[in-house]
Amino acid sequence: MSTETLNVVGKSKLRRDGLGHVTGKTIYVNDINFPDMLTLKMVRSPVPHANLKGIDFSEAEKVTGFVRALTYEDVPKNIYTILTLIGVGPDEEMVLAEDKVRYIGEPIAAIVAETEESAMEAVSRVRLDLEELPAVFDVEDALKPDAPILKDWGTNYFVYEGHHCRRVRFGDVEKGFQQAQFIIEDCYQTTPIEHAPSETTGCIAKPEADGRITVYTNTQALFFTLDNTAIILQVPFQKLHLVGGTVGGGFGGKVDVIVEPIATLAAMKTNRPVKYVFSRQEEMQASSSRGAWRMYFKDGVMKDGRIIARQITTYADSGAYNRHTPYAVTKHAANIAGPYRIPNVWIDAHCVYTNRQPGSAMRGFGVTPASFALEMQMDKIADQVGLDPWAIRFINAYQNGDMKPHRKIVEDATLIEVMQAAAEMVGHDLPEEYKSMSSWARKED
Amino acid sequence: MAKFKGTGIAAVNYPTGMNLGGDPSQALIHSTTTGTFVISLSSTDLGQGLKTVIAQIAAEVLGVSFENVMIDTADTDTGPHCMGTFASRATHRVGNAVIQAAEEARKIMLEIASDELEVSPEDLETDGEGNIRVKGSPDRSINIVDLALAAHFKYGKTIAGRGMYMKPKSDVDPETGKMDPDSTEAHACTVAEVEVDTETGEVVVLSLKSAYEIGRQVNPALVEGQIRGGSVMGMAHALYETTHPYYPAVDHMPGGFSEYPLPGPMELPEIESVVLEYPSVNGPYGVKGLGEMTANSPIPAIANAIKDAIGVRITEIPITPEKILKALEEKDIPEA
Repeated sequence: MSTETLNVVGKSKLRRDGLGHVTGKTIYVNDINFPDMLTLKMVRSPVPHANLKGIDFSEAEKVTGFVRALTYEDVPKNIYTILTLIGVGPDEEMVLAEDKVRYIGEPIAAIVAETEESAMEAVSRVRLDLEELPAVFDVEDALKPDAPILKDWGTNYFVYEGHHCRRVRFGDVEKGFQQAQFIIEDCYQTTPIEHAPSETTGCIAKPEADGRITVYTNTQALFFTLDNTAIILQVPFQKLHLVGGTVGGGFGGKVDVIVEPIATLAAMKTNRPVKYVFSRQEEMQASSSRGAWRMYFKDGVMKDGRIIARQITTYADSGAYNRHTPYAVTKHAANIAGPYRIPNVWIDAHCVYTNRQPGSAMRGFGVTPASFALEMQMDKIADQVGLDPWAIRFINAYQNGDMKPHRKIVEDATLIEVMQAAAEMVGHDLPEEYKSMSSWARKED
Repeated sequence: MAKFKGTGIAAVNYPTGMNLGGDPSQALIHSTTTGTFVISLSSTDLGQGLKTVIAQIAAEVLGVSFENVMIDTADTDTGPHCMGTFASRATHRVGNAVIQAAEEARKIMLEIASDELEVSPEDLETDGEGNIRVKGSPDRSINIVDLALAAHFKYGKTIAGRGMYMKPKSDVDPETGKMDPDSTEAHACTVAEVEVDTETGEVVVLSLKSAYEIGRQVNPALVEGQIRGGSVMGMAHALYETTHPYYPAVDHMPGGFSEYPLPGPMELPEIESVVLEYPSVNGPYGVKGLGEMTANSPIPAIANAIKDAIGVRITEIPITPEKILKALEEKDIPEA
């Protein structure tokens, strides 16, 4: 434990913006208004999978306050992938749908109007000519040969450097299973959840006299949003000026770059400020969610509780597009074997596309489902081997100096210490052998 | 039919940061003419308190008061690059950048003080309240306001610093999965106590008692806030929330909070926590990321507690009353 003397670090200073938040004085994006500001609302797909054969704006154009519509033809670089900046590709998501839609809620056309009411009225009058296609919703169904294929590259999975999944290979699991006295298997499933921020995703793009655009945004990552927006709109980076920094809850949902490109485009086309803020329904049904995960475990365990082989096959439901899921799968693969010392580990983690709103970043990014699954599995192992849930975790706990299955040496482990502290908190008297363990002293082999 | 109590545990690790593409953040710091230190960032505060903890870290390094440090964020014209606020990275990355920037500014501050007080910089110390004084002679001191005025109008010097922290890119070996994706690991262990009503299938979480190890607490009240918020978010993920109640089907999708159950004050369990501090090897003052992890350990702890209460392991979340009643029905059917 630390003994350094510090002056300010370690003190409970009052959160500087806290009073503003709880008294309603903080200015969020939706509190900002400019004279002459337009509202943008989105025409969205009502079906999970269809050919888009036509869009009829004729009735929408008659709505008082209608200013203009935007379709994919107005977007300079309409196909993008958000992680392009760190080399993840290929581009595969449309800013606005072109010939197909792949999930309920997919953006098809933007309507810009004088007021929110007129924008909503115009959106409701747009007629879509859609030819429905068979849809796939289950991750394992999506990998079957007869599944409708969602991607131009011909598969429903993300390709990791030539592999159909993110692989981790450590030791020899088959050998471990042969030596094991118990083989314990199960499957764990999470379903999508909503980030549920108090403040929905939104921005205002405002053309300035000098030709630049100021974008007031509640993004979690200003430069990430600036760079992606400039690339999509094919404008010089210095044309954009993003202002943010105060966000009414993000939880990962505001790492996608969803509202800024199209609002900025609308501002450029109309030369007026444009506000685009998600309704609560859009936030829940169209914006990305925490994707669902299905996780199969097969563990080889000795009578004394040591796990000597762990084989894991998992499927992340990315929905129709990448967003951040390919990256989440890699983080998941690095963590799903757990904070345990297991000599033989085999992981196949898939990023799978279905006709669902995209999954993306959310608090815990691939690790939350992993922790859920593996900590339920640890209890199942304890039950079957005949140990208590504390024992199974102490027996297998990793320590500093161990190597994780992704071949990283552990250097900041304190699993043993938090378990000891939690047991003490609830008055659970641990056996002496667990009380005396430490993350810094190697176990006897 | 009755109510059954159960206890479950879960122990988790959580990585700080995610650097597969390189993971940098920067900070700039300068003093105004009257000794207010302004830190320019482009980092966002999601409500977790980044603006507060970064000011604390800078004040600690500079040796001035917390109130003397202002945070100016986030504007892409004035703030240097930040990757973003996610991956439990902000306090770790931005904190390290701010330490570097503040150390540079502190060095200049002490050089000017050494000229003013006519001692070598090594013989100077800060009192944490805005005074730079000669070690062992506290009456020989200069206030930061006078020092900054002297810097600007007498010496023609800026008291400024720049800082950057980057975890370099780590490529993943496609065959073995070898990678170095994060900076450190925080840990948590949660003990959940639940009561399950086998007539209605409802689960009441009675308590969530957890131990956390997060390297170093910069601001314990904000840590407590993260713990309480995360615990309830985890509980909701375990029991209530789903946008696809009949996953993988896409029907019955909620469109608002009236159709999307979230816990309110009535559902809040007793939440207790202890926080251990084993400083990390690379965090600012040993910090590890805390934010995301707090939602993770309650989920399996609650699921395991439900198994303990009713003897059935339900392996899909959320564990709704509907799933509990179905599982109990299946359990009661004798095996053929």
